[in-house]
Amino acid sequence: MTATPDAAPPRLELEGIAKRFGDVVANEDIALDVRAGEIHALLGENGAGKSTLVKIVFGLLQADAGEMRWQGRPVRIANPSAARALGIGIVMQHFALFESLTVAENVALGLDAPPPMRELNQRIAEISERYGLRLDPGRHVQALSVGERQRVEIVRCLIQDPTLLIMDEPTSVLTPQEVEALFAVLRRLRAEGRSVLYISHKLEEIRALCDRATVLRGGRVVSTCVPAEESNASLAAMMLGEGKLVPDRPPHAREATPRLELRDLSLPSADPFGTALQHISLAVHGGEVVGIAGVAGNGQAELAAVLSGEVLAPSAGAVFLEGQEVGRLGPAARRKRGLAFVPEERLGRGAVPDLPLTGNGLLSGYATQPLVKHGLIDRLGTRRFAQAVIERFGVRAGGPAASARSLSGGNLQRFIIGRELLQQPRVLICVQPTWGIDALAATAVQEALLQLAADGAAVLVISQDLDELMAIADRIAVIGAGRLSVAEPVAELSVEQIGLRMGGRDAA
Amino acid sequence: MSPDFIAAVLVAVTTAATPLLLAGLGELVTEKAGVLNLGVEGMMLVGAVGGFAAASATGSGLTGVGVAALLGMATAALFAFLTLTLLSNQVATGLALTIFGVGLSSLLGKPYIGMPLDRLPPLNIPGLSDLPLVGPVLFGHDALVYLSLAAVPAVAWFLMRTRPGLILRSVGESPEAAHALGHPVIAIRYAATLFGGAMSGLAGAYLSLAYTPMWAENMSAGRGWIALALVVFATWKPGRLLLGAYLFGLVLILQLHAQGLGLAVPSQWLSMLPYLATIAVLVLISRDATRIRLNAPASIGKVFHPDT
Amino acid sequence: MRLRLEARGAPSAAMAWATPPAAVLATLVAGSVLFAGLGFDPLQSLYSFFIQPLTNAYGIGELAVKGAPLIICAVGLSIGFRANVWNIGAEGQLTMGAICGGGVALALPDAGWWLLPVMVVAGAAGGMAWAAIPAFLRTRFNANEILTSLMLSYVAVLILSYLVHGPWRDPAGFNFPESAMFPDTGMLPVLWEGTRLHAGVLLAVAVVLAGWLLVSRAFLGFQIAVAGMAPAAAGYAGFRGKRLIWLSLLIGGGLAGLAGLGEVAGPIGQLRPTVSPGYGFTAIIVAFLGRLHPLGIVPAGLLVALSYIGGETVQIELGMPVAVAGVFQGMLLFFLLASDVLVRYRVRLTRPGELVA
Repeated sequence: MTATPDAAPPRLELEGIAKRFGDVVANEDIALDVRAGEIHALLGENGAGKSTLVKIVFGLLQADAGEMRWQGRPVRIANPSAARALGIGIVMQHFALFESLTVAENVALGLDAPPPMRELNQRIAEISERYGLRLDPGRHVQALSVGERQRVEIVRCLIQDPTLLIMDEPTSVLTPQEVEALFAVLRRLRAEGRSVLYISHKLEEIRALCDRATVLRGGRVVSTCVPAEESNASLAAMMLGEGKLVPDRPPHAREATPRLELRDLSLPSADPFGTALQHISLAVHGGEVVGIAGVAGNGQAELAAVLSGEVLAPSAGAVFLEGQEVGRLGPAARRKRGLAFVPEERLGRGAVPDLPLTGNGLLSGYATQPLVKHGLIDRLGTRRFAQAVIERFGVRAGGPAASARSLSGGNLQRFIIGRELLQQPRVLICVQPTWGIDALAATAVQEALLQLAADGAAVLVISQDLDELMAIADRIAVIGAGRLSVAEPVAELSVEQIGLRMGGRDAA
Repeated sequence: MSPDFIAAVLVAVTTAATPLLLAGLGELVTEKAGVLNLGVEGMMLVGAVGGFAAASATGSGLTGVGVAALLGMATAALFAFLTLTLLSNQVATGLALTIFGVGLSSLLGKPYIGMPLDRLPPLNIPGLSDLPLVGPVLFGHDALVYLSLAAVPAVAWFLMRTRPGLILRSVGESPEAAHALGHPVIAIRYAATLFGGAMSGLAGAYLSLAYTPMWAENMSAGRGWIALALVVFATWKPGRLLLGAYLFGLVLILQLHAQGLGLAVPSQWLSMLPYLATIAVLVLISRDATRIRLNAPASIGKVFHPDT
Repeated sequence: MRLRLEARGAPSAAMAWATPPAAVLATLVAGSVLFAGLGFDPLQSLYSFFIQPLTNAYGIGELAVKGAPLIICAVGLSIGFRANVWNIGAEGQLTMGAICGGGVALALPDAGWWLLPVMVVAGAAGGMAWAAIPAFLRTRFNANEILTSLMLSYVAVLILSYLVHGPWRDPAGFNFPESAMFPDTGMLPVLWEGTRLHAGVLLAVAVVLAGWLLVSRAFLGFQIAVAGMAPAAAGYAGFRGKRLIWLSLLIGGGLAGLAGLGEVAGPIGQLRPTVSPGYGFTAIIVAFLGRLHPLGIVPAGLLVALSYIGGETVQIELGMPVAVAGVFQGMLLFFLLASDVLVRYRVRLTRPGELVA
């Protein structure tokens, strides 16, 4: 695939790159080369050190040791401007976009010396045209879908005519159809002789798209390979070591009556940038896992809030819990009736960063456990509860007095899910259960959810990770533009079908 | 009402509105960069006493104005160092700045109490200033009045039409994104905070050199806080701030002259007017949460630390 | 050398304890520079400011007399600040407490022993009512409580001024803007002969104990802390945000009102245009210096009370402007906020050129 003669130096070459944060080693002795006209994968699971490495290449972080060479010349990239000057562009996983500004203003902010607005609008139009990235320069970002926002990021890079484009987990927020469109753009860039450094942990994509792959594990390079010659299993083995990939599925039987039910729920969004929910109906039965798929920003946050009780439904009869109307009840009352909830935002919603785990156990545990007596906190009981969560769910923490902030993402998620499970919920709602956590913790979390369903509870999982939903859900519904499709058994659904439904706002 | 009386009222409204406009514009720029500086009152007082001291020492009102701006910047720099470099809580630090400014200005101002001073001279424009009615209303003011009026379109133009203005707004919207794109978030916030300080200093100088050419403890009487409220009222738009400042100028004048108009109301009730009006406008504008959400700089008041 | 901040995993408890004394120390150093700059002997001035007032019984009594309202107000404010409710209008709530409590005394000059308890209740209720306005405006109209509570402070002081200049002026008072003196049954008894130490100090002790119970043992205190640290987590837990805003403002206002009543029924004994030398504002400093904790607020309140007395002493002894107390208080808060960085971050010095994150 690579047409570069052996004599030409690689476009980007890293050697011995190391980076620590305090006692944590993020990168150690990293070697990597990206050739002209290739799509090079940087493969690794969450926490393998990919993002740190990318930030070093783009000048957002400085390496503690090691050398970077650009076209064979040693370089020091002090800041993003220097990276851009070399011809490096980046599309971050978390978009560096400004909601209240227009597309053109957002593009201008990413350029070191932008042309006058009129000329810039013209250039944006040209680039959009050439790569099929439809965009209106005058629109405000807040009105754009996630897919369109990514287009803004890509156009902002391409307008600078980069020779190396870094894409950090670009497909995690896209529908399958959008992913195909993105791949077409990236292949076209390769054909123009540009290089792409493609960061992902999705094996299928990497095998379909990338010419070579460098695999990171625990901050070190474990392998460099040609993905087309590898299998998913062999790539996974490199990425995870001895880790376990697929959760065990204990057998579970679906009950006849639903435990959680939404009946024609409509709700205008309180947030001007939010999504209104429209005529949502859904039933989750005991003994099953129902998944809600969809691209971020299509009403998931609003749906989760109205399910947990953080936002009240317009009428009591819009939400049923075990056959009782709960639409006008708050979170505490719903918890007392057997609902448990794991939010997407772990630090700041699911847990208070600066409180110890005792306090964070009390945060939701007070509703179902005898932790408060006569208005006073039972300190011993609270400590015992937190200790039980830590022990039962293998949370690695410095004891119940450790602050939530001090836990890794995976351990915090174990704690939060453990806290909810220990309250023996009859219904569990879980948003993005494994987002951003390492594979071991992710598998443990998924197994806990499946076990809960096997024990007879109703489990609702709202996730943007379609692979995950296909792996653990019995039925899947798709949310798009605030509307929810009928939940259908996974066996009767293909990824393509789901993808088309996910189009939602993009298609409109 | 005679035309002369109306002209006199308009002139009075202008003088009452000018300090609010100056301080408000400065705070508007500061907040647009995502920094909430509640120390306006303190910065104004330090500017007022410093301006007065410099003017009385040198006999030059203009020197006083310059010193006031510098002192405003110096106090703002203190605030910026604490909140931007040492990442302290902006609300608490702003309150500290006000408490400190009130104390420092009374301390430094002790010798100047009761001392007379010449009012900042009007910019006499031969011919125009002497016109009947129009002359005093439009052309009879001092330099700070015109500066404050010129600053309105200048700030609007800077924020909406220039690249530094765009970058400043982007920092206020999302410092994380601006940082990721390589913009120097902290430096920009410093600059915006210093500008706010300079404008508050000028507002203070206007009080002690032009509005009432004298120094009195706490002479700003809550104007710094009113300016803060006006920024919210203006939904962070310079043009609306102009409107708000002049509306409040009218309220302040009404309060001063109501008794002259024969209204038999105890002076205390009239003195409450500006404060009650501030509450009223805040309620009017804040009840529309969507509007605030769409216009307020999204990161306002939040600590930004690039490594986290 | 460049200063670099590295986030700590968890806030440092040791630093949280160590920084307030460090801030006091830094204030003393900066204060002596200030004294020297004003042309006074720094050591002599510091002695007059901080030591001399404590060398006699009267001074120690004054410390408690001035500390009590500061501590009462600060405990109330600290509960709001914990919830991220920025009530900075305690001065107005204090004034309203004085008006309502004092109004009762003026209306019932012949009342029996029960007058004082009624005044205490009326004072607290007055402060609460005044704080209820920003609470209502915030929860109903989303209006910023910082600005509304502050504006209401100006209004409350003007109302008091109107009352003592007008309807409540003592007809036998030679036209001074003062009310009649309260009856003896409406006065807080003096506890220590030869000083002005009055029973209001006992109120402060009770408030501190109740505050401690709320903050460190009560579930309500936990809810308030969660609402302040992570509002979204409070919503997730099902703690009702508006209720907590109301509660924290009412507690803050009620306690400020109590402090105001303690002033007029204690050292003052009547209503005057000014019933507080800014205790309501200074209590903000006390609350922060005390780390928003009732037990921390006690030494913080006494220290700041000392700065008031010290300010008066240096005025008398050395002819220094009394405003020097305000400067001291402002500096103290600045140094505390600056040193707070050490609680959350490690400070590293790095040489330019050295490769760091």
